[in-house]
Amino acid sequence: MMLWSVVLIPAIAGIAAMLPPMRAVRRSLLVATAVAHCGLVGWVCFATPVVSRDSWFAIDAPARIILAITSVLFLAAALYCVGYLRREEGRTTCDAEEGFLFHNEPEGIFVGCLLLFLASMSFVCICQHFGLLWVAVEATTLASAPLISFHRHHRSLEATWKYLLICSVGIAMALLGIFFLASAGRGHAPGLTLSGLVSSAAAMDPVWLKAAFILLLVGYGTKMGLAPMHTWLPDAHSEAPSVVSALLSGALLNCAFLGLLRGHTVLAAAGLGSFSGELLVLLGVFSMVLAAVFMIRQTDYKRMLAYSSIEHMGILAVGAGLGGVAATGAMLHAMNHSAVKGMLFLAAGNLLAVYRSKNTCDVQGVLEKLPVTGCLWFAGFLAITGSPPFGLFVSELTILKGALDGSHWVVAALYLAALGTAFVAMARIFLPMAYRLPDGSPHDGASSPGAREPVWSVLPPLALALAALVLGVYVPAPLWDAMRQAASALGVL
Amino acid sequence: MEVVSDILVVLLLLSNLYLLAASRITACIQTVALQAVVLGVIALTSAAGGLTLVVVSVTLATMAVKGLVLPWLLRRAIRGADVAREVEPFVGFTTSVLVGAGLLVISVVVAEPLCSSAPADVSAMMIPTSLFTILTGLFIVVTRRKALNQALGYLVLENGVYVFGSSLAIEEPFLVELGILLDVFVAVFVMGIIIFQINREFDHIDTDKLSVLKD
Repeated sequence: MMLWSVVLIPAIAGIAAMLPPMRAVRRSLLVATAVAHCGLVGWVCFATPVVSRDSWFAIDAPARIILAITSVLFLAAALYCVGYLRREEGRTTCDAEEGFLFHNEPEGIFVGCLLLFLASMSFVCICQHFGLLWVAVEATTLASAPLISFHRHHRSLEATWKYLLICSVGIAMALLGIFFLASAGRGHAPGLTLSGLVSSAAAMDPVWLKAAFILLLVGYGTKMGLAPMHTWLPDAHSEAPSVVSALLSGALLNCAFLGLLRGHTVLAAAGLGSFSGELLVLLGVFSMVLAAVFMIRQTDYKRMLAYSSIEHMGILAVGAGLGGVAATGAMLHAMNHSAVKGMLFLAAGNLLAVYRSKNTCDVQGVLEKLPVTGCLWFAGFLAITGSPPFGLFVSELTILKGALDGSHWVVAALYLAALGTAFVAMARIFLPMAYRLPDGSPHDGASSPGAREPVWSVLPPLALALAALVLGVYVPAPLWDAMRQAASALGVL
Repeated sequence: MEVVSDILVVLLLLSNLYLLAASRITACIQTVALQAVVLGVIALTSAAGGLTLVVVSVTLATMAVKGLVLPWLLRRAIRGADVAREVEPFVGFTTSVLVGAGLLVISVVVAEPLCSSAPADVSAMMIPTSLFTILTGLFIVVTRRKALNQALGYLVLENGVYVFGSSLAIEEPFLVELGILLDVFVAVFVMGIIIFQINREFDHIDTDKLSVLKD
C-alpha cells in the first residue's frame, strides 16, 4: 500500500490539476504533492527493502536510490516551478531568441503532466516485472512530451517530435528485447519478474539472453541518452523550459539507467555479466568521448549542459559495466549528477529569464549582474567538471579506481581524456559567462544594476548545490551501505 | 490451422509491401488499420492457453484501438492540411519496394535460428514475417518525410513486435498487455496532437524542414 501511494498520489494529483476547477490551487497542489511524495519516499526508502520472489512491485536497493533522487529533485523543481509559472503567466510571450510572439501551453496541462511525469518515474522504480517496467518507461516519455512543448513555437515542436518519435521507436526495440527474455526463460522462469529470471537465469539459452540484452541496451540506451542513440537529447533539453530540462536530465535519464541495470542483473545472474558489462563500458566510453567533443565548440549553454548529461550518463554506464567498486561509484555519481545538473539547469533558467538568450556570447558578467545565480553558475562549473570539494570528484574518482583495480587501462585512459576535454571545453564557456563584462561598460558596475533574483528561483538550486557539496565532503555511512547494496544487487560485485 | 496461419502471413507480407508502395496517406492509414485486424486474428489463432475470456477481450480491444480509434485519430490530425495528401518519400516507391524485398530476405535469414524454438502449430514464416514488419516500420520511419507517415511507421513497428510476441506464444499477463496497449494508444494520441500543432505552426508536416536544431 505504501508502495502504491508513491505512484497513485502524484497520478491522482496530476489528473486533478488538469481539471478547470483547480485553477486557483494548482501551484499549491504541485508543491503539496511534491512534499508529500518526498515524505512517502523517505518512509519507503528507510524501511529495509523486502523483495519476495515473484513479487511484481517492490523497492530493491538500486530502485531505492533512484527513487530518492527523483523525489528530491522533483521537490526542488516544483518549488522553482511556482516562481517560473508566475513569470510565464499571461497569454502571449516574446521568444527569447528570435523575438516572435507565441502562446504557452495551458498551465493546467503543464502542471498535470509534471505530476504524471513524477508518477510514471516512481512507477519505473517500483516495477520488478520487465513488461510493466517497459510500460512505465514508455509512460515517462508520453508524460514528458507535452512538457517539452510548453512554449508553443517551431523549435519546441521540432524538439518534441524528435523526442517522441526517437524514444518511442527506441523503446519498441526494448519491448522486442523483453520478448526475447521471455522466450529465453520459457520453461525455466515462471514469468518476467526480476527475481524469477535471476533465480533461473543460469539454465537459460545464452544466445537469446545476449540478443535480449542488446535490444534492451538499444531501447533503454536511447532513453538514457547513450551515444549514438542520443540525438534527441540536446534538442529536447535545450528547448524545454529549464525546470523540465532539470527533471529530464536529473531524474528521467536515471530511470532509464535503472531499466538497463535490470537487464544487466539478469545477464550477470546467467554468468554473462562480462558480456553485458563490456557493452555498457563500450557505449559509456563512446558517449563520454563524443559528448566531450561536441562540447568544445558549443555556443548554446543549455545544449552544452545537455551534452554534459550525455557525458555523465556515459560515466554511469562505465561504472555499472565495470562492476565492483565502480558500480558503487556509479550509484553515488547518479546522485551527485542529478543534484548538480538540476541546479545548473535551474540556474540556466534564471540566466535565460534575465538575458533572454541561450547564446554564451550574449550572457556575460553574470557574477556582477546576478550575484547569487552567478555564484551558483560558477560553483556548478566546478562541480560538474568533477573538481573537489564537490561530490562528483569523489564518485568519478571511485569509478576510476574501479577501472584501475580491474586493470582496464584503455578504459581508464579514455575516461580521463574525456573528462579532461570536457573540463577545458566547459571552462571556455562557463568562465567568460561568469566574469567577462560586456564590451565598453564601466567596471564600477554602477551602470548595470543587479537584476532582481526572486527567492523561488534561487533557493531550490542553492539547496541542490549544498547537497552536492555535502556529498563531496562527507557521505554518511548508511548512505554508503545503501549504495553498496545497490551495487551488489547488480550481481557483479 | 496451418492454412489459416499461412493466409495471415501472406496478408501481413502484402500489407507491408503495399505500405512501401502506397503514395496516398489515407491509403497508408487504411492499410495499417487492416494490419491491426490481421494481427488480432493471428493473436487469437496462436493463443497458447486457449481462448479464454481475458485473451479474447484484450485482443478485441487491441483490434479496436489499432484498427479503428488510432486511424480515426490520425485522419483527424491531418484534416484541413491540404498539402498532406501525398507521401513524398525521400526514397522513391519503386526503390522502397525493392528495399522491402531485401528486408524480407534479411528477416528470413536472421529468423532461421529463432524458428527452432517457436511452438509447432505456428506457421514457419510467422517469425520472419514479424521481423519483416518491424524492419518495414523502421524503414518507413527513416525514409518518409511527413510526420504522419513516421507515426504510421511507428505503429507498423509496434505491430511487428506484437506479432513477434504472439508468434512465439509469449503470454504476457493481462495487466502488461493492457499497459502496452494503453501506451501505444497514448503515444499515437500525443503524436497526433503534435502533428496537428506542427501543421498549424508550419502549414506543413514535412519533417525534413524541422531542421533548426542541430550542431
